[in-house]
Amino acid sequence: MAAAKIARDAQMNKTIYLDNGSTTKVAPEVTKSMIPYFEEEYGNASTIHAKGVNAKQALENSRKIIAKSINALPEEIIFTSGGTESNNFALKGTAFENKEKRHIITTKIEHSSVLNTCKWLESQGFEVTYLSVDKDGFIDLNELKKSIKEKTILFSVIHANNEIGTIQNLEEIGKICKQKKIYFHIDACQSYTKVPIDVKKQNLDLVSLNAHKIHGPKGVGALYIKKATKISSWQHGGSHESHLRAGTENVSAIVGFAKAVQITNSSHIKKMTELRDKLISEVLKIPGTRLNGPQGDKRLCSNTDFSFNAIEGEAIVGFLDEAGIAASTGSACAEKNLDPSHVLKAIGLSHEQANGSLRLTLSRFTTEQEICYAIQTLPEIVKKLRQFSPFGRELKNVL
Amino acid sequence: MYSKETIERFRNPKNTGEIPNADAVGEVGNMKCGDVMKIYLKVEKNKIKDIKFQTYGCMAAIASSDMLCELAKGKTLDEALNIKFSDITKGLGELPQIKIHCSVLGTHALKKAIENYKSNN
Ligand SMILES: Cc1ncc(COP(=O)(O)O)c(C=O)c1O
Ligand SMILES: [Zn+2]
Repeated sequence: MAAAKIARDAQMNKTIYLDNGSTTKVAPEVTKSMIPYFEEEYGNASTIHAKGVNAKQALENSRKIIAKSINALPEEIIFTSGGTESNNFALKGTAFENKEKRHIITTKIEHSSVLNTCKWLESQGFEVTYLSVDKDGFIDLNELKKSIKEKTILFSVIHANNEIGTIQNLEEIGKICKQKKIYFHIDACQSYTKVPIDVKKQNLDLVSLNAHKIHGPKGVGALYIKKATKISSWQHGGSHESHLRAGTENVSAIVGFAKAVQITNSSHIKKMTELRDKLISEVLKIPGTRLNGPQGDKRLCSNTDFSFNAIEGEAIVGFLDEAGIAASTGSACAEKNLDPSHVLKAIGLSHEQANGSLRLTLSRFTTEQEICYAIQTLPEIVKKLRQFSPFGRELKNVL
Repeated sequence: MYSKETIERFRNPKNTGEIPNADAVGEVGNMKCGDVMKIYLKVEKNKIKDIKFQTYGCMAAIASSDMLCELAKGKTLDEALNIKFSDITKGLGELPQIKIHCSVLGTHALKKAIENYKSNN
């Protein structure tokens, strides 16, 4: 049987990679597209000789591709070193350029690159409101409306959440931001190419993107900045990227980023959605299990996240690793600060439930056989860990 | 992140489970990360004849519980009380600094079990 073959492959050290929310494999087409810009066209895009001109052309062509993918203009795309930098730039850049206003709104389920930037802005005298979310991770539009003040600069939200896959309603939020005349920033690192982004339809002013979640290289990303947005540059130096982001452009990585965008298509989304739903329905058959985040089309096609009663997530990840499956967890024991995931706490999970979490994230390279193998393997691991657990017996009585 | 010894022990712990008619039980929880450990003892002539653990926790917590049981088995109660946290980490081939809090649980649970035994006998 196919699953048995996968089991053999796993034993032969072939990893079943279900941690695509952390990062993804670079697609072969992407690697191939980058090589000429290391070996032949290695010129600095700011120079005026032939090699420089060729590099510049590749840079601007890539910018067009990225711009088109979100219905923006090429001059509205600034290349950065990734999602973290784009988020820092969007928030700090608008905050300081509009510092007479001093108020920012975000949510409790942001990526650390937004949350910690907001915390730092608080230390610089800005006021930040962190919106709550409901049990599936959605913000309340009325709460957003109510929290907007005269002096609010922007609202920043994670489009599709990296832990629980919740997709926020951009169109509705965009209307509110436009009406109240505040900037609207989204962190689209997880959603890019998987959920439609249209900066005009959704009234977006700033969009953070990166390449390594979509089979592109690490260390490259982009920030969409709508024309006429008041933003100060954050990294000073030369006149690169319309004077907004200094530093010699990483042309090979940017070419790879654009290639990664070009080779995505809707059949990938369909396939991931089917496998995701199969995985969810099978894993939920394990007693004492819950799904974190919403079901259906408001969930990112590549994301699943579960909590298992009476066992701890890092231990689950450890046993899965032994079985050849790469996964991740929001458990306190896996975090450096010994606090379980702030996202799982924000949707109302107890410390124990958050500690017992497991995230399995798919990509377009994930196969049905791999999902079958995961479905076969996981219940045994959960059972084994529950046998170790002092809570296992209590659980038996409950079930 | 973990040593070979820790991973091996985590994968194949030899001392998990309950002792149904245990002479003493000790349970402690970790306020920091939420790990919980329970130690079961069977005592004969003041010696630990059998010892088992149940642990809710990460790889480090499970591996160090198992290491502790191995170290304690066959020792007198007083000898077992002298098992130090560093004996466990030595047996595990060092633990990451961040994981130390998970492994101190073991010695606390054992101490509690022995105290429970002494106060009942
Ligand atoms: C939602 C989200 N935002 C930001 C980032 C950071 O991006 P990068 O790793 O490119 O700095 C990530 C991924 O790590 C992410 O998932
Ligand atoms: Zn721990």
